[in-house]
Amino acid sequence: MDLNFDLMARSFPLLLAGAGITVEITAMSVTLGLCIGCLVGIARLCSVKPLRYLANVYVDFIRGTPLLVQIFLVYFALPGLTGSRVDPYFAAISACSINSGAYIAEIFRAGIQSIDKGQMEAGRSLGMSWSQTMRYIIMPQAFKRIIPPLGNEFIAMLKDSSLVSVIGFEELTRRGQLIIARTYASFEIWMAVAIIYLIMTFAVARLVGVLERRYDTK
Amino acid sequence: MKKVLVFLMTAIMACSLLLTGCGGEEKKAEPAKVLRVGTEPAFAPFEFPKEGSSELTGFDVELIQAIGKQLGYKVEISGMGFDALIPALNAGNIDAAIAGMTITDERKKAVTFSDPYYTSGLIVMVKKDNADVKSIDDLKGKRIAAQIGTTGEMKARSVEGATVTTFNTQDEAALELKNGGVDAVIGDLPVMEYYLAKGGDKFAMTVGEKMEAEQYGIAVKKDSKLAAELNKGMDELKKSGEFDKLYKKWFGEAKK
Repeated sequence: MDLNFDLMARSFPLLLAGAGITVEITAMSVTLGLCIGCLVGIARLCSVKPLRYLANVYVDFIRGTPLLVQIFLVYFALPGLTGSRVDPYFAAISACSINSGAYIAEIFRAGIQSIDKGQMEAGRSLGMSWSQTMRYIIMPQAFKRIIPPLGNEFIAMLKDSSLVSVIGFEELTRRGQLIIARTYASFEIWMAVAIIYLIMTFAVARLVGVLERRYDTK
Repeated sequence: MKKVLVFLMTAIMACSLLLTGCGGEEKKAEPAKVLRVGTEPAFAPFEFPKEGSSELTGFDVELIQAIGKQLGYKVEISGMGFDALIPALNAGNIDAAIAGMTITDERKKAVTFSDPYYTSGLIVMVKKDNADVKSIDDLKGKRIAAQIGTTGEMKARSVEGATVTTFNTQDEAALELKNGGVDAVIGDLPVMEYYLAKGGDKFAMTVGEKMEAEQYGIAVKKDSKLAAELNKGMDELKKSGEFDKLYKKWFGEAKK
């Protein structure tokens, strides 16, 4: 088997541009997911029943269906319902962030529950309200604990964002597919794609490590 | 810890037993030659799943099964992405690919083709209410959808200033047109006609002339002797009239 390293080198700029789009989708989705997740995570623990119920339904539905199906639902099925077209960029970001939000909600819930009940009781007996205690006592402690799983979620989303290639969105994986469709050099291109993903996930993992150390209290 | 180790060992042993079991069976059940065929199974009327089943049918599928029967092969068909077919041939995952694949010089550099078995062409499909696009010349600067890796995609990319979006299947490209994401789809004429006949004509229509007289061929690994063998099988089918029968069954007319 003779490998075409020249093609690999020539394809790199095109693939890197795709990697930029992958990072963009991931960053947007996880950031939005963080907002959704924070609210839903707290809602799952709150005492207002309808709110808790809604949050549970959301997490169950999103965690219980594949991201690929969610992307198809938003992009191909939703227009059939609303009658208007869905922009692929909007479809990609919304499907990924709604998906990410459900997982991050669970991360938040677990983080909050991991803080000793006594902390809430202590805050309340000092005269702070539930939301004040949540904000000033519980959340800062919980946040430290959820950094590692959040890093995990970011890495998972970085890889899962390859699924938006099915709606013709030209991120890293789709760029690779398109080059192979033209050149048939599957080994070289998939290798290059894998290496780029690896570099990105490795960098994120290191970054999370740094954050973890910085917020370490011990 | 010990328990885990014991469990792992047992699991590994069970797996190896299973694997050797499979190997033994394969040897016994394989006196007949097997022809592993790859296709992209969303390309009616050439290859598509039978109603209510995952079994494939279509002109290509029945043709390769007839050729296989003629040559004494047991034909095993597997579905994959159209863009994955040629890499799969090169990697040796499949022996032949029949997927409405046009014989092009570019592809001939990567694989070897059998004799052509169908003459096709490309056509532009637009929404029914689109009065601006009369042919491919009106697509400059417009948005076009096509199936990834197809001659339709190449044609779309040759249109000046056009934005091309690729989808994994022809149906998805058509859906994109329906949803208003693109102005036109470029794809193979017989597939588009079949799509329109099956209800697509409610919102879409084809415009302009058929472009690029294209010939479909069965692809095999580069320089494989299988091509000559497939040609022999196809010739026999043509002589016996079975090829014409198949052609008539799927396209309603005798081969021109």
